[in-house]
Amino acid sequence: MKILVCISNVPDTTTKVKFTDNNTKLDSTGVQWVINPWDELALTRALELKDNPASGVKGVTVAHVGPASSEPTIRKALAIGADDAIRVNFEPTEAYQVATQLAEVIKNEPFDIILCGIESSDYNGSTVGSMLAEFLNAPSVSAVSGLNVENGEATITRDIDGGKETVSVQKPFVAIVQKGIAKEPRIAAMRGIMQARTKQIKVVEPVGVSPLTELIEFEPPKPRAKCIFVDAENPKQLIELLQNEAKVI
Amino acid sequence: MSVLVFAENWDGNFKKLSFELVSYAAKVAEMTGTTATALSIGQVSDDELKKLGNYGAKKIISLKSDLLKNLDSQAYTAAIAEIAQNEGAKIIVLANNNMGKSIAPRLSVRLKAAIGSGTNKLPQSIDPFVVYRKVYSGNAFAHVKLNSEIKILTLMQNSFDPVETANEASIEEREVSIDGALVKTQVKDVQKQTGKLLLTDAEIVVSGGRGMKSPDNWGPLVELADLLGAATACSRPVSDEGWRPHEEHTGQTGKIVAPNLYIAVGISGATQHLAGVSASKYIVAINSDKDAPIFEAAQYGIVGDAAKILPQLVNAVKEVKAK
Ligand SMILES: Cc1cc2nc3c(=O)[nH]c(=O)nc-3n(C[C@H](O)[C@H](O)[C@H](O)COP(=O)(O)OP(=O)(O)OC[C@H]3O[C@@H](n4cnc5c(N)ncnc54)[C@H](O)[C@@H]3O)c2cc1C
Ligand SMILES: Nc1ncnc2c1ncn2[C@@H]1O[C@H](COP(=O)(O)O)[C@@H](O)[C@H]1O
Repeated sequence: MKILVCISNVPDTTTKVKFTDNNTKLDSTGVQWVINPWDELALTRALELKDNPASGVKGVTVAHVGPASSEPTIRKALAIGADDAIRVNFEPTEAYQVATQLAEVIKNEPFDIILCGIESSDYNGSTVGSMLAEFLNAPSVSAVSGLNVENGEATITRDIDGGKETVSVQKPFVAIVQKGIAKEPRIAAMRGIMQARTKQIKVVEPVGVSPLTELIEFEPPKPRAKCIFVDAENPKQLIELLQNEAKVI
Repeated sequence: MSVLVFAENWDGNFKKLSFELVSYAAKVAEMTGTTATALSIGQVSDDELKKLGNYGAKKIISLKSDLLKNLDSQAYTAAIAEIAQNEGAKIIVLANNNMGKSIAPRLSVRLKAAIGSGTNKLPQSIDPFVVYRKVYSGNAFAHVKLNSEIKILTLMQNSFDPVETANEASIEEREVSIDGALVKTQVKDVQKQTGKLLLTDAEIVVSGGRGMKSPDNWGPLVELADLLGAATACSRPVSDEGWRPHEEHTGQTGKIVAPNLYIAVGISGATQHLAGVSASKYIVAINSDKDAPIFEAAQYGIVGDAAKILPQLVNAVKEVKAK
């Protein structure tokens, strides 16, 4: 039984976001690129399952759609413990293209469980995982906060509005994961970093796909009005402001 | 041609989010010279369905198939796609919540329809069709052009005010031709939180961070929330430490909320925290450090000790209420 973890390469979450080229491109000077936090947790969970012989999980592969410049991020996933990696040599501009490429990879090399993160912290699309499942004609479960596999059978916990559901689903499936799937991301140890150097990143050429959407421009958020300070000796004034000025209580 | 809007129900009832969606769809329909049709899936009474008409839907389609009892993303996608095609819908509107996120992208592939996910405004223009959405965890926005014939929009909660209008809508119960073999998700168990205001539904949220110092200090914060009819929330370290339940964690890796008022107590305002709350209409910060980044995101602030200020706020609200 094999798990595929789809990883996106995103600016570190503390990045000060700036744009260039008339606000059409991220200014990547000084940007640290990392594995999307959700994908890192998905990978961690996949590896935890593989560590447990009773799960039946034998291999964990990571897949990424992106140019050669994202290989350091893929290497990091290998150092954390993925067995191997696939990179589709294509620079996507939107989710539909990513999902098309990933679907092609999986059609050529099937996996039992495919994990995606709930969103990339750059475009915040929340769309790749479900799109991929539709391309594969496979079921997908969203908002997954728990995944267990025993003897190859998966049990999933998903969040619903105001609670949780435990579900089972036919394989192969796509699970779109969020908070709870793993506690802390696994960190690459020295040994893992050494081993990662010899692990394989298979590079595959993309299929043709035109985008459905087009970015016109980015807009930095407008600065909020300056904070109005209320004297700590008189907190009552805050309640008055909220009631009479902001009119929110 | 029409705008199709999927109005989710909760145990047979609609809530504010459903009305926001229908009002939004009605407005988009008006902009495109057509009308809005609302789609409901599940056991919902006619009286309840009629409410969707009050928010601008001209037609209401109700699907009550047993196969759609639980969310199976493939079955739901097949059902909504079939209705969309029958209705000749050119724009499909869903909520940007768990349900919407699990269906909208599948519809996008099935109908080869571009998706504008997580929009919080009406389209900027109709021809070309340009939408506005949050990117980089709220650190920026993007103007995105949707180039396909059919378009899908998912609307962020609390970003469009419901508009009530007098309107008689027709209600049609329909069947769809989905095959039972399509349903591959089996629900084994449901654990529901009861009697608690859901964080994602709340219009006011009172949230505590590490500056609350200990899990034993939450009394006045909870009391303030109760008095304001607010939900309680917390920063990630607070839920990681087990001071508060995980459902309360807001931020990039927790819940994304957009209430009218977010009161952050003893929260420093890290970018990852702000990513989940920056869409709030008003942010209030209470923090002992005048240089805490939370004050850059807040409209109102108090520099001081939360332990002293919270009880005073509780009293102030009680006084206001007594009047
Ligand atoms: C990938 C990633 C994802 C993350 N996702 C999230 C997320 O979703 N949500 C989230 O919250 N965090 C998230 N974090 C963590 C985030 O970076 C911060 O560490 C966290 O938000 C800090 O929580 P805090 O403000 O409660 O604590 P602190 O940063 O410790 O701040 C405590 C604040 O309380 C103030 N204070 C102290 N004493 C008092 C007092 N007596 N009265 C009033 N104020 C007082 C201090 O001045 C300080 O500003 C994430 C981090 C990473 C790396
Ligand atoms: N370029 C990519 N390559 C591989 N997987 C990706 C890529 N972009 C997004 N994903 C996956 O899709 C998830 C959701 O991304 P998005 O729909 O862009 O918010 C991510 O958490 C990844 O699991």
